[in-house]
Amino acid sequence: MRIPLAALIGLFFTGLFFAVAIFAPFIAPYGMAEVVGDVWEAPSDRFLLGTDSIGRDLLSRMIYGGQTTIFIATAATALSFITGSVLGFFAAVSGGWVDQAISRFVDLIMSIPSLIFALVVLSVMPTTITILIVLMGLLDSTRVYRLARAVAVDITVMDYVEAARLRGEKIGWIIFRETLPNALSPLVAEMGLRFIFAVLFVSTLSFLGLGVQPPQADWGGIVKENKEGINYGVSAALYPAYAIAVLCISINLVADWILNRTTSLKGGRG
Amino acid sequence: MTDVLLKVRGLKIGATIYPPGEKSREIEIVHGVDFDLAPGKVLGLIGESGAGKSTIGLASMAYGRGGVEITGGTVEVNGRDILSSGLRDVRRLRGAEVTYVSQSAAASFNPAKQIMEQVTEAAIFQNKFSKKEAEERAVELFRKLGLPDPENIGSRYPHQVSGGQLQRCMTALALCPQPDLVVFDEPTTALDVTTQIDVLAAIKEAIHDTGVAALYITHDLAVVAQVSDHIMVLQQGAMVEYGTTDQIINAPKEEYTKALVSVRSIDHEEKQPTDTPVLKVENITARYKGTDFDVLKNISVELHPGQTLAVVGESGSGKSTLARVITGLLPPSQGKITFDGRELTPDLPTRPLEDLRELQMIYQMADTAMNPRQTVGTIIGRPLEFYFGLKGAEKQKRIQELLDEIELGDGFQDRYPAELSGGQKQRVCIARALAAKPKLIICDEVTSALDPLVADGILKLLLNLQKIEDVAYLFITHDLATVRAIADSIAVMFQGEVVRYGPKSQVLSPPFDDYTDLLLSSVPEMKLGWLEDVIANRKMESAGN
Amino acid sequence: MHPIVKLVAQRLALGLLLLFAASILIFAGTSILPGDVAQQILGQSATPEALENLRRELGLNEPAITRYFSWLGGVMQGDLGTALTNGRDIAESLGTRLSNTLFLAFWAAVIAVPLAITLGLLAVRYKDRWPDKVISAVTLTTISIPEFMIGYVLIFFLSIQLPQLINGMEFLSDGVRNWMLSNLRFSSVALMNDSMTLIEKIKSITLPIMVLTLVVLAHMMRMTRAAILNVMQSAYIETAELKGLGMLKIIRKHAFPNAIAPIVNVVMINLAYLVVGVVVVEVVFAYPGMGQYLVDHVAKRDIPVVQACGLIFAAVYIGLNLVADIVSILANPRLRHPK
Repeated sequence: MRIPLAALIGLFFTGLFFAVAIFAPFIAPYGMAEVVGDVWEAPSDRFLLGTDSIGRDLLSRMIYGGQTTIFIATAATALSFITGSVLGFFAAVSGGWVDQAISRFVDLIMSIPSLIFALVVLSVMPTTITILIVLMGLLDSTRVYRLARAVAVDITVMDYVEAARLRGEKIGWIIFRETLPNALSPLVAEMGLRFIFAVLFVSTLSFLGLGVQPPQADWGGIVKENKEGINYGVSAALYPAYAIAVLCISINLVADWILNRTTSLKGGRG
Repeated sequence: MTDVLLKVRGLKIGATIYPPGEKSREIEIVHGVDFDLAPGKVLGLIGESGAGKSTIGLASMAYGRGGVEITGGTVEVNGRDILSSGLRDVRRLRGAEVTYVSQSAAASFNPAKQIMEQVTEAAIFQNKFSKKEAEERAVELFRKLGLPDPENIGSRYPHQVSGGQLQRCMTALALCPQPDLVVFDEPTTALDVTTQIDVLAAIKEAIHDTGVAALYITHDLAVVAQVSDHIMVLQQGAMVEYGTTDQIINAPKEEYTKALVSVRSIDHEEKQPTDTPVLKVENITARYKGTDFDVLKNISVELHPGQTLAVVGESGSGKSTLARVITGLLPPSQGKITFDGRELTPDLPTRPLEDLRELQMIYQMADTAMNPRQTVGTIIGRPLEFYFGLKGAEKQKRIQELLDEIELGDGFQDRYPAELSGGQKQRVCIARALAAKPKLIICDEVTSALDPLVADGILKLLLNLQKIEDVAYLFITHDLATVRAIADSIAVMFQGEVVRYGPKSQVLSPPFDDYTDLLLSSVPEMKLGWLEDVIANRKMESAGN
Repeated sequence: MHPIVKLVAQRLALGLLLLFAASILIFAGTSILPGDVAQQILGQSATPEALENLRRELGLNEPAITRYFSWLGGVMQGDLGTALTNGRDIAESLGTRLSNTLFLAFWAAVIAVPLAITLGLLAVRYKDRWPDKVISAVTLTTISIPEFMIGYVLIFFLSIQLPQLINGMEFLSDGVRNWMLSNLRFSSVALMNDSMTLIEKIKSITLPIMVLTLVVLAHMMRMTRAAILNVMQSAYIETAELKGLGMLKIIRKHAFPNAIAPIVNVVMINLAYLVVGVVVVEVVFAYPGMGQYLVDHVAKRDIPVVQACGLIFAAVYIGLNLVADIVSILANPRLRHPK
């Protein structure tokens, strides 16, 4: 199988980011909260990206921050996927009032913008990482639910599923052998998009001071800590922007590729 | 005016294809075609899908659909080479000298505009007629094409008229600018058979009355024989044979043409009913959930072991619903079904495995009837392990036997459905049904998505398998030619009721009821003058009444 | 009654119902969730008396249903309650902030909507050629960066680096440089007060407008492109081409009437998106709008303010989606001209 260049680049950077996140303590030159230099030192041999607003090594902050951001986003995505797809498949297979009830409730949640909803909830809840993950995961599961349900409904009306039912197959075979293999690719591609959204979302919350709390580092928080520096021409606050952009674009490229592969399976394998 | 209206020489057409995961590349789909068309004459272009007939038709308007491009040769209309002229000249040609009627009028009309505006648009835009003249012409054409309320139908929107009417409106749209040539691209293919004949007659009369020349594109030789003066047979982008309609129909020279002419002529001798039917449907009435009318009304039919019952009807007759009731997908509101001597429970989940195994189904669209992620081996192998617990070498051996039975042979086990042709896919579906060793197979329009020759092959295979396996078929179709080829008994359905039922010989012989008569007389026959005869007969009858 | 009137009335009723349900959700989100709100507000070190006082003040001792209906009753009469932190009337504080937010969103929309549609048309016109590819690459990038980061990138380059760059251009005369410095000045703080003229106000919010435009542009342009492509690939466009009509006439007469509904839909959905984007952008540029007000009071756990702002944002969001729905209904010829 040939992987197109764009997808290769995407895979490479996605892999790189995750590797750095996993091995952060071994890679980071300094500790996460260790004050090692002056305020906003320029990049040098000692501090590759310079130092931050209170003299911590910015590269180390970025690496640890990436770990936090990627961890939260991954956990939230996993939660949203498990909740959303289980409920979506359940609604599609059940039909009737179960489907109606879940779907209308999801409509309601989606009628309030996610960020606003999160702000409302965070005004009464303590901002811990667990709460952030649960909140983001559940809010985002509405979108996964819609896709999973649509995909499942689409597939359950296919003749080959009907053929399996006529054969007398059990529900397990129908879901795992007939439906799921065909639903997987759109869902995996959607997972990429949801992950991107989670990264942007948690960064935004941290930037607003309502996400990851200091001294814990995360990309949104690094912007918040260093935003004053911009007025003095210090670009410390911009590195997270570059990191997020590269990560998100990479994942987008991979998701695109996965989606295209699915459509090509239907069209013919030439 | 020259004596040649359309002159095509060495026409080559290429297309860009985008194979997934690979670079796009150019392929040639029409390999040098020559023909002439004189003013006022009709040329039929015939061939199976992929023959390039639509592409050639559109080339006479210097148009390539999608990634299609004309790569060589000349096309002259009224003595001018239209391929080398600029876009401005081509635009002056389209909609004025040459016009187009597509297969799907429903999609080809702009849903947001009234019919009259669309019918007269080209005539006015090309300065052929004033708005008033064009509208008068349109009403005249509506009348000639037999549309109801010709004065006012133009003020309707496309979704407000029926499919057959819209197809006639499309013909009016093409004829309104008084063109020299009309390209008809499968104009009746999407219609029911009883609607097709009316539209066909209307088109033929309109062509005759206006003296326009036409390219008539279709896959159905019997249809094209009714309207054209000459026929060109195409296969995979090349010409096979060209001749007068009479010669092509009655004295075809090439093997391929002979095969096309003799299609639908399978001879099948009717079997006599036995004492114990394998399937007995008694007084079945059914409706879909949330609707308030019965789709099936008091249906009773019988099917005997090793025989074929054809259920015939047009769209909406309820014939596919009958299949859903028998399979248990739609429990009936009344009536009972006896299968192999035992009564079937109304809904699927309560049926014993043995009933499910002995009653198999084959679908119209083989594409969607197979899981695209399973190999042919898995698809055929599943019923073997599911019903008979076959495993390993034993299963492999049986799969290979089944593949041999459906004439596919070696090397197919590991292929995916997407790698098969339409006919091959349907064969795999047949093998999957046979794997269960059923007593009855329900065949739901299994040949109607296939090209005629491929469909013929499938029918022959089914007949052959019936002899070997002694399996009964409940054969659902809208195509009476198929019925003649395969049935032992026939049930004609109309609006949810069986209007005629019995052995084939009896159902297909007079005296007929009105609907069966209409249905039978509407099926195009492979002979010249058939359309005129039918129309004349119908006129006589209605005059007689 | 014409079926379309019935449908629109249904949608309106549904919108109201949704808004009502959203108000319950917002209220529930701040009232029924686990955790003692009073404790959250005052922190762990609060005395029991202080907690009890706050609970009474918030009416926390009454059942949630009673509190909800008295809150809703107030909202219906324009009474949004008073802020816990400073005791001011919320409706009063919100007035100017809401108008500031709408002012910002309005100008962002005025620029973003025509730009997005034009770019979408360009992308369709040059489909799969380089303009299309450049547009989609750029939009992919802007989708991948959060709003606030785009904000700081712009501040860094336009308000900090650009003046330095201009100062460094010594080949230009002082007059030109001074003219450039005064006219190409992008303020990193979006001030807003009543004494400013309209021009001054717009100049003050140039950067926030740019950020918001970039943010919605990508989505809007991509969706517009998809909507127009969908229409242009219809068989009736081919019919029009085969009538010999020119491209412009085809677009005007055949594509446009069918594309209007999907495009309006795209615009509305993105305006709704923009209203949310405003929240973050206001914080970046310290713009005195509703978003900043909301974020401030979330941090201070000032629940009545959060509820009021949340409800207003939800109402705008639901309202815009409702307009999109109704436009789709009105533009559908099948509904407008029933059989």
